[in-house]
Amino acid sequence: MNNIIVYIETDEGAVADVSLELLTKGRSLADQLGCKLEAVAIGNHLGEVGKQVFPYGVDALHIFNDARLSPYTTLPHTSILVNLFKQIKPQICLMGATIIGRDLGPRVSSSLGSGLTADCTSLEIGDHEDRKAGKTYKNLLYQIRPAFGGNIVAWIINPDHRPQMATVREGVMKKEVLDPLYKGEIVEHDVNDYVNADDFAVAVIERHIEKSKVNIKNAPIIIAGGYGVGSKENFDLLYDLADVLGGEVGASRAAVDAGFAEHERQIGQTGVTVRPKLYIACGISGQIQHVAGMQDSSIIISINNDANAPINTMADYVITGEVETVIPKMIKYYKKNSK
Amino acid sequence: MAFNIIVLAKQVPDTRNIGKDAMKADGTVNRGALPAIFNPEDLNALEQALGIKDRYPGSTITMLTMGPGRAADILREGLFRGADDGVLLTDRAFAGADTLATSYALSTAVRKIGKYDLIICGRQAIDGDTAQVGPQVAEKLNIPQVTYAEEIEEINNGKARVKRRLENGVETVESPLPLLVTVNGSARTCRPRNAKLLLKFKHAKTVTERQAENIDYIDIYSTRPYLNLTEWGVADVDADIDLCGLSGSPTKVKKIENVVFQTKESKHLSGSDDEIEQLMIELIANHTIG
Repeated sequence: MNNIIVYIETDEGAVADVSLELLTKGRSLADQLGCKLEAVAIGNHLGEVGKQVFPYGVDALHIFNDARLSPYTTLPHTSILVNLFKQIKPQICLMGATIIGRDLGPRVSSSLGSGLTADCTSLEIGDHEDRKAGKTYKNLLYQIRPAFGGNIVAWIINPDHRPQMATVREGVMKKEVLDPLYKGEIVEHDVNDYVNADDFAVAVIERHIEKSKVNIKNAPIIIAGGYGVGSKENFDLLYDLADVLGGEVGASRAAVDAGFAEHERQIGQTGVTVRPKLYIACGISGQIQHVAGMQDSSIIISINNDANAPINTMADYVITGEVETVIPKMIKYYKKNSK
Repeated sequence: MAFNIIVLAKQVPDTRNIGKDAMKADGTVNRGALPAIFNPEDLNALEQALGIKDRYPGSTITMLTMGPGRAADILREGLFRGADDGVLLTDRAFAGADTLATSYALSTAVRKIGKYDLIICGRQAIDGDTAQVGPQVAEKLNIPQVTYAEEIEEINNGKARVKRRLENGVETVESPLPLLVTVNGSARTCRPRNAKLLLKFKHAKTVTERQAENIDYIDIYSTRPYLNLTEWGVADVDADIDLCGLSGSPTKVKKIENVVFQTKESKHLSGSDDEIEQLMIELIANHTIG
């Protein structure tokens, strides 16, 4: 049987959230297809990975443990996946759309001649009829993503090549433990059977990892600004409101491109996906690529001088006005009425 | 030491600042209404190549782009900023290519160019945002790749030292040449056009452009060979036609959807003091804030 496999990213033996999110999605796709869910972890100090992934419904975990495999470099991880996939022939492979996943995925897909879709926002199983060729394909993976700068949504399929590969950003899927006692099998592999000496030609010489200062992913309240905020100075108003309400500041891609906010604050398909209880969109028109990253927010307030901004249709409250005048009023009346 | 560098660049529709006229009434994209620009991160890539040329005199930069005839603009833009020559890969058979078929076509052109130490391209193009073509070209050529690069620091003893931008930090790697590097938008921005080079290469044209424009001062192209931009089709690069374009693309577009938001019943406020105060009171009362 051709199974689903998820590439597991680890940091010092701890599994990344995005991998667990993909396992949850992979489990539900596997149930639909009636196949197994497998996972592959490549790195060093992987002894605790099984404990972390099995509760998400993993049936088999492939382990490639070798000091040379951490920190990540492209070539050995590619060789391992390519050779493993030739052997176990998965029908679907999912990876995080992280810096590692977006470095590794294309290299693996090119080597296998299979298709890869980046930054999917939704994955579904369905059929496809190719009328021209008179062929019907059953149970393909629909890889759904905003395209063309996020102005349209494309449904991508890989009819004839396997595995069907997709990357998904962190936070897009929801992680959910299936069964804390779920039992899977660990398959330990001999790394030397999968790599050759040339694969270690690229060496990591130096690494500086800083803990990110911005944590918009888990913020309960987000004040997000778009191009319509107008300037970096006007963005200060958003920080003021965020301070008062106990929230974080986010930004649309257009605002980041314009230099109004740092990249790590970007919300959307090519940024972070958030689900706060309150999302205040300031001067954001609502391109699909942005909406993809915030549409599950509980309450949405849109402040825009354009009464017809697309985002207004999905907002609970639409305030038609200038960001510079509305936000100070919000601060004033929040202070007046709280406590 | 001098190095042969190939810069891969793409002409893209400017999807960043889409005005209302760029979307048709039926919700589809009106490509004609979008200006065609030099993909932003490919400019960061060009700057890295120019930096190497500065530090290692005698190095050469060849611009390579795939696209329709008008993509020759990208080659000229590269020449205006300091590249040495340009190759346009253009053929109907390349149309409809996904990232894999694109990478295959580019790799055949790179092989035809022949001698190279470094291939440098932007991390991703703004029309697709996939970041796949760089790594896939590297794989097709069987050379190492370094993605998300911020600076190609130095090249010594056949090895390049490259600083990469990670999610929460930076990393420096060392790789043997030949090597493909994809450059992140956080790398330094590209120098502007050089006025002398602009004059020198203003009339640089592909053969198709020369024919279409019916230029009567045709002899300048024989006396000034640097004005001839190379133009290659499928046959010139010996590409397997089954691996090109739509037929060489494992991924297919099943359908394109126009954007339809889940609409909610919205409350509309004018932004008056009274209304904002009522809103804040409501949000505090239902424990959304406070």
